[in-house]
Amino acid sequence: MIRKAVRYVDTRTGTAPFLRKALRYVFPDHWSFLLGEVALYAFIVLVATGVYLTFFFVDSREDVVYHGSYAPLQGQHMSEAYRSVLDISTTVKAGLLIRQTHHWAANVFLAAVILHLFRVFFTGAYRKPRDLTWLIGVTMLMLALLEAYVGYSMVDDLMSGMGLVIGYAVGLSIPFVGANVMGWLFHGPFPGGAVLIPRLYIAHVLLFPILIAVLLTVHLVLVALRHHSQFRGRRQTERTVIGIPLFPGQTPRSLGLLFAVTGVLFLLGGLVQINPIWLWGPFHTYISTNGAQPDWYLGWLIGGLRLMPGFDVTIGHYTLIPGPFWGGALFPMVVFGFLYFWPYVERKLAGDVAFHNLLDRPRDNPLRTGVGVGMVTWIFLVFVAGSSDRVQVLFDLSYTGQIWFYRVAVLVVPVVTGFVAAWVCRQLVRGEQVELERRRAETEGRLELASRLDQA
Amino acid sequence: MSRARDALLAGLVLLLGRRREPPRPDAHLLPPVPKQPRAETAAIALLFVAALCAAAFPVVYFVDAIPAKTQYLGLSIGLALLFLAAALIVAAESVIPTEELAHAYPPDEHQEDEEYVAGLVEESGKGFTRRGLFKLGLFSAGGALGVAALIPAVSFGPLGVKEFYGTSWRKGRRLVDENDVPLRAADIHEKALYTAFPEGADKEEQGSAVVVVRLPQASLTLSGRVEGYDADGIVAYSKLCTHAGCAISLYRAPLFAPDEPLPALVCPCHYSTFDPSDGGSVTFGPAGRRLPMLPLSVDGKGELRARGNFDDSVGPSWWGVRERRPSP
Repeated sequence: MIRKAVRYVDTRTGTAPFLRKALRYVFPDHWSFLLGEVALYAFIVLVATGVYLTFFFVDSREDVVYHGSYAPLQGQHMSEAYRSVLDISTTVKAGLLIRQTHHWAANVFLAAVILHLFRVFFTGAYRKPRDLTWLIGVTMLMLALLEAYVGYSMVDDLMSGMGLVIGYAVGLSIPFVGANVMGWLFHGPFPGGAVLIPRLYIAHVLLFPILIAVLLTVHLVLVALRHHSQFRGRRQTERTVIGIPLFPGQTPRSLGLLFAVTGVLFLLGGLVQINPIWLWGPFHTYISTNGAQPDWYLGWLIGGLRLMPGFDVTIGHYTLIPGPFWGGALFPMVVFGFLYFWPYVERKLAGDVAFHNLLDRPRDNPLRTGVGVGMVTWIFLVFVAGSSDRVQVLFDLSYTGQIWFYRVAVLVVPVVTGFVAAWVCRQLVRGEQVELERRRAETEGRLELASRLDQA
Repeated sequence: MSRARDALLAGLVLLLGRRREPPRPDAHLLPPVPKQPRAETAAIALLFVAALCAAAFPVVYFVDAIPAKTQYLGLSIGLALLFLAAALIVAAESVIPTEELAHAYPPDEHQEDEEYVAGLVEESGKGFTRRGLFKLGLFSAGGALGVAALIPAVSFGPLGVKEFYGTSWRKGRRLVDENDVPLRAADIHEKALYTAFPEGADKEEQGSAVVVVRLPQASLTLSGRVEGYDADGIVAYSKLCTHAGCAISLYRAPLFAPDEPLPALVCPCHYSTFDPSDGGSVTFGPAGRRLPMLPLSVDGKGELRARGNFDDSVGPSWWGVRERRPSP
């Protein structure tokens, strides 16, 4: 039976030699290598649940009066888009399960992508010959953030509208052309024209997913062409990769991970409520609510917007740089600029143009680890600053006081943690050297003792 | 009879024996795995439990008597997938052979092939005598075609910003609430926040919504171009925050001993804070401009009316936001 199937495939495609090689492709074994795989599987769940949701979502801002099964919103004016998502959540059987699983999958996808990025950064896996893979990965992260933002903006509930107008204001803050660009994209000033929700929709279900899928494919092909990097070991060298073959070793493990990720996402989607849009109500430009927070992966941007002191840079009657630019546009540009250029900066600084198949441990490169820890601290502090309003409600700490604290902390703390991290790296390496010398001295001593006893 | 029975037995033994024939020697592609019957049993059991969980899904879906559909549906499919995952992992760890292989990394470079490819491309252009001009032509054609391909995208929306300045406020237009009921000056109380719109206008437009509050007349310090914009202590400002355009829906005016300067209009998105007694000036937060103010009057019937347009452009800042004021 199996032989027949293989023969069928080979005679039709001539790929048996390729399959023979591909099935024995070697995967180095380390838990941290699974993070990228988790992201891939979350993406698969996103596509599958997303396709289901498209069969029910209506991409229209047409004003309708709600007469559905959810009593608290009876008789309210809302957009058709929002009503369709209400219906998915209330009347479509299994609709809420799929919608919540989709939203959870987006959260897990971005979390896995970011943890994967940390792993690749702190082990130096982005070095030649894998710098191209890194650049594509960073681009995918950026697209994934946009994709997620557009996804919850098109629902047109109160939260999505508040997020959308903030994004609009950040777009408007681009020097010189901001208003022209946003008016062009939105078809007029906010809230834009009737075409806006269809535009968000097609971007969310076609444009961004296809871009991500294409880049994802290239990313994986590049990984396979150059083979996985690996940690240094007794047999692991720059020339030899040690690991478990794709088949049979890796296949059941990867499938197991796929089903585990999918299972956890469906459990979350079924049991843990996320974005209950029926509680937020429909969006109107003149309505907002206190205590609104974006999904966590955009928390760093709301933090940036809240931290920045209020000023517009003006020249005469003209506003060169409106306030939201600093926290909403420049801040992410600096972060992504760092991610794009760091591999090349490091090459220049270290004068290292060699091929690297072996990974560094974070302690092996104090400069990289220090800079990385500093960057992570910086972004994390801005992220935490974004939750100051909730902290005030929960712990009664003055909001104004917190903001002033963070305004100073984001400038000081990253430098401190960066230097501390680099120092810890050096100490760890030195500790290892001491241990190594101690062992060598011990062995020498033992040998000497043995030879003396022999002589005696 | 017994001979026949013996023959039958012998035949059976042979037949069964043939089945237990050792695998062909060339079949040893993988290292042998020690038999782990208990792990195998566990994997099989997990698979059947997974099947059971998955079978519950249609039951929950179709039987209307089952409450909390979302939870039970999620539980059934989630657990089914997790048991399936567990079965695969158990099998992978103890039944399916797992080898550690060593492979050579692909060579860093293939210099000969690189040379060949580059040479091939170079030689293909040997026939040109005016190569620079040809290249220029190629770039011109490509560039012009690229631009032409992008032109249809101009239709997406207006490139000009004229619409950014307009609002529906005009001299004499009444202030109405969300249900189109006119606002009466006598109904506006201190320490409360009211939202109003220009009568008959689209409420969703950025320039429409205003916040209306009443302050003790003595506390007002309106000066410059907003001097006298209040009507007996009632003031109106654009409801859209000048920072990121969210609606200003918080009014800080405590009814008991305050510990912050009073009063303040606050946007809940990034907590830009504006002073309504001082022409909407920014007292805290990331906003870079004061709130645009709407001049008010009270007509003979006691209803609030606009005495003109805002004194400044509404909504978040952009290049030309300070260039022009909304037309009166």
